Amino acid sequence: MRGFDPRNYTGFLTVTLVCLFILYAPLIVVAVYSFNDSVSITRFTGVSLRWYADVFTGLEAAKFRAAAANSFSIAIMAAMAATAIATAAAVGMVRGGNFRGKPASFALISMPIMVPEIVTAVATLIFFSTIGFALGYLSILVAHIVFCIPFAYLPIAARLQGIEASFEEAAQDLYANRWRAFRYVLAPIMAPGIFSGFLLAFIISLDDFIITNFVKGAGVETLPTAIFGAVKQGIKPNIMALSTLLLLFSILIVTLSYLIGRSGNEKYQN
Amino acid sequence: MVTETKPPAVGIRSACKDYGSFTALRSVSFDISDNEFFTLLGPSGCGKTTLLRMIAGFEGITDGAIFLYGEEIENLPPDRRPVNTVFQNYSLFPHMDVAENVGFGLRMLGWTKGDIAARVKQMIALVKLEDFAHRRPAQLSGGQQQRVALARAMAPRPKVLLLDEPLSALDLKLRQNMREELKALQQETGITFIFVTHDQEEALSMSDRIAVMSAGEVQQIGSPEEIYEFPVNRFVADFIGDTNMLEAEVQQVGEGFVTCQIGDAQLTAVASQAVTQGQKGWLSIRPERLTIASDGLPATVEQTIYLGTDTQILARIEGGLNLRVRAQNDGARLAQGDCIFLNVADGAARFLVE
Repeated sequence: MRGFDPRNYTGFLTVTLVCLFILYAPLIVVAVYSFNDSVSITRFTGVSLRWYADVFTGLEAAKFRAAAANSFSIAIMAAMAATAIATAAAVGMVRGGNFRGKPASFALISMPIMVPEIVTAVATLIFFSTIGFALGYLSILVAHIVFCIPFAYLPIAARLQGIEASFEEAAQDLYANRWRAFRYVLAPIMAPGIFSGFLLAFIISLDDFIITNFVKGAGVETLPTAIFGAVKQGIKPNIMALSTLLLLFSILIVTLSYLIGRSGNEKYQN
Repeated sequence: MVTETKPPAVGIRSACKDYGSFTALRSVSFDISDNEFFTLLGPSGCGKTTLLRMIAGFEGITDGAIFLYGEEIENLPPDRRPVNTVFQNYSLFPHMDVAENVGFGLRMLGWTKGDIAARVKQMIALVKLEDFAHRRPAQLSGGQQQRVALARAMAPRPKVLLLDEPLSALDLKLRQNMREELKALQQETGITFIFVTHDQEEALSMSDRIAVMSAGEVQQIGSPEEIYEFPVNRFVADFIGDTNMLEAEVQQVGEGFVTCQIGDAQLTAVASQAVTQGQKGWLSIRPERLTIASDGLPATVEQTIYLGTDTQILARIEGGLNLRVRAQNDGARLAQGDCIFLNVADGAARFLVE
């Protein structure tokens, strides 16, 4: 099958490079211009860290700090809750055998990935106003927990699928009830997947704009909505610095999530 | 003397297991005695592992009952059955070291730290892994992992130890050593062992009694000698050891024996059950029970295969049937085309039905 390796096709390299360029050029522009010494966002006049300083000490620093505090606290709590729910769901789905409604359950879990985010956003907003749930910090948190579940679920379920059922059987055989078999045997072996799922959910929550923008209510901002608000008044280079920081942080977390997932797999192959 | 009637270690009563339309076990009943090395032997898919898992509690029972020393256990979850399992793939907990693995059952049973430490030490010494107590399973060889699995399963002093093809992942040499060790361990500890295997050599060499299973049913239960020497049907004779299986028809029924026509010759055989004249079946003759003699069945050597201690000879008897003969190597060599006579040892031919 060597002839079918797409790497041998003419122009493979060119197409790849063009795609990568289209995908990443805007990010690179933002990253490069965040180090611009000028107030202009189009003319590069020299290298400087002044806009990074501005993010932390400038006029909008207080606003960014509050938004960052909201973003991180919501991301941590939403990721924890989503991870707990996703872990329970994964155990049920992967270890529960072929129960009735399994495909439906899977569809339900993956819904937030399948449904266009704007639809989820509108639906969530309507839901909150129907039940009279006040929009604000708490409504963001609840919405984030819900849409983070599938992102936490995927690595956790993948990990669990790779763990032989006989570990739990061995634990139960050695007098552990179902809970203790999970607590002392399955959970520690699943840990890399759980952590990986947590990090993914965390980063998804941290980056979310659309749903957050719909359900945040007045006065509560997260980093993405704060950046969006600032951009509406004209793009200043400090936004580029802030965006670059967020980008770096995301890359760090995603890489970490990937590495943990992978190293765990190598370590715990039976 | 008053003999105390101790209930059997394990009593299986009309145990059935269905998986939807597939029947894994059809009404199996037998007893396993206290302090017995009992083997469930059969090809894959015969239901032996299902039965073991039912005793352990990993599989529910469709119908029937399972008793453990007189106590009905088939509805208890695995963690409430005082039996432990040595898994085929060992299933050692990868995040725990050897000592933690061995002590896990004791910890779950609520033993004190001191008691656990003492018992773990004793068990690790029993399987000779003193130097490896703080290694993780991934840092051990297959044979060492096997010992950890044994120590872990025996540490809580189970009433019955279940072993699910525990030797199949080991290489030949190690497997042979472990057979002797397992047997010794069983005698030392006095624990009832239920051992599942598809390897008849393993079964013959270790067991006190063997249950030969096929298609969800027990075909025969007996000592290794009984199973090998006196198979009750064609399946058992075929599955255990090597045999010449010849289609035959009963010509004459005598007192405890039958006469059958094989090729041009008449052979006297022992019937495994009551048969009638004209009944069709098989004659099973073990290759090592055929000897080359100065008279008997005339045959021609078709092929010889040198096997070290023995030679296997393929001999064609008059009438065109081929028989395998296993002769000890004593210096005399046969060549293709040699004319020989075969002598069938007394009681070596066995008439079997399906």
